[in-house]
Amino acid sequence: MDILRQIALVLQRGDSSGINELLQQALDNKLGPREILDDGLIAGMNVVGDRYKKHEIFLPEVLLAAKAMHVGMDKLKPLFLKDEVPSRGRVVIGTVQGDIHDIGKNLVAIMLSGAGFEVIDLGKDVPPKKFIETAVEQNAKVIGMSALLTTTMPVMKKVIGELKEKGLSGRIKTVIGGAPVSEEFADHIGADGYGYDSVQAVDCIKRLISAS
Amino acid sequence: MIEIRKQEIIPSQEDAFALQGISSGSKVSSNIILLFDQAVKIFAEHAQPVGIIAEISKNDFGIIYAGEGRNETDTPVAEIFQKADRLALFATTVGQGLHDKINELFVNKDFALGSMLDSVASAGVEKAADVLEAFFGSTVTRGIEDDKNIAVMRYSPGYCGWHVSGQRKLFEYLKPEEIGITLRASYLMEPLKSASGVFIAGGVDIHFFADTYSFCSQCETHSCRERMYRIEHSINASEPGEQPASIDKRRKE
Ligand code: SF4
Repeated sequence: MDILRQIALVLQRGDSSGINELLQQALDNKLGPREILDDGLIAGMNVVGDRYKKHEIFLPEVLLAAKAMHVGMDKLKPLFLKDEVPSRGRVVIGTVQGDIHDIGKNLVAIMLSGAGFEVIDLGKDVPPKKFIETAVEQNAKVIGMSALLTTTMPVMKKVIGELKEKGLSGRIKTVIGGAPVSEEFADHIGADGYGYDSVQAVDCIKRLISAS
Repeated sequence: MIEIRKQEIIPSQEDAFALQGISSGSKVSSNIILLFDQAVKIFAEHAQPVGIIAEISKNDFGIIYAGEGRNETDTPVAEIFQKADRLALFATTVGQGLHDKINELFVNKDFALGSMLDSVASAGVEKAADVLEAFFGSTVTRGIEDDKNIAVMRYSPGYCGWHVSGQRKLFEYLKPEEIGITLRASYLMEPLKSASGVFIAGGVDIHFFADTYSFCSQCETHSCRERMYRIEHSINASEPGEQPASIDKRRKE
């Protein structure tokens, strides 16, 4: 089995310690970091996402793979030239103002960076202004917002409204998620996308970015 | 303040897995079992469960339940509490230490263990509330011969039509700050792994209702069904075949 397939398989198993060794072997075999990233790590992570969607594996297995992905990225990143650092686009993410639940948001951030996005995680209790200012400053393509309380959901609407007022809604897309949030609510407030869970949120962001 | 023993609130695999999106009976890998075992070990080390209960009159509870006037018009609590024998407000937490530990795991990129610990802690809070509920139930039924006919159900602001803003008045009355639980402006409790609400104790009949309130269609868990099932089951376990007539009439599967 070639080394890239082995990397993809070890990643699917969530074997973080095995990844480092295989990456070193691949580098010793003169494979480039981009090839290792695309055909090894990201290829493996794509399989994990597909299997999760088909209910063949569960969230903990996705997260074990995500850790292996991060371990691999930490090893590969220094090998890319500064302007070559791989990115599918920048995403600003956070839990909206008033809400301090961040597990769901953290999972989306982990999955996004595993899928090759640059994630700017604003943390929790993030005011609308902060989302917008950061997205503009960082030239982000997407703002991802999470809420776990029905009382904080209106903040999402506020962010979307302010983007519209500033004429930024076409340039910066919005994706929302969280336990009380639904596709209906996303449509109602004019969000560009809705993620039921972390894997779906990543899919949604991929779609939005490739369409833009 | 009520001290809760850690051993009493260690959640089952099934409860923690449900919060991880793993349904009961699913075949899981040994990696997942290992994560659960590790999470339980950390939970047992870091949890500091504690609770508080304060009995309350129907009149006082009526004021607390009305909160800031933002409840749904028809709710199960509004119907049931008037028929109750006794009511008590409660709050419980498993402590800030666990929350910090979960964060630490995420920072160290132990996402799977962090997420599993989060689920174990959430399920643990529910078990802590179960312990308080059982404690209150035992005080209600003490000295009553026909105690099988008394049941306790709990409700929390933010659920079943009780607006989350109801937390404000509940906190003013109960003062859970004494056990380290505070309320943020967004009505969120800190530590996050906390629960609060009301225990409603009364004849089993009062606890059964159809899940056809306007907000029930948005409800993901329909957890009231399971709780009714538990009450029904406990009656049937001791008196097979006997069931309050009202249960059949008002129950909707
Ligand atoms: S269905 Fe859900 S919202 Fe409705 S009463 Fe039951 S638990 Fe509450």
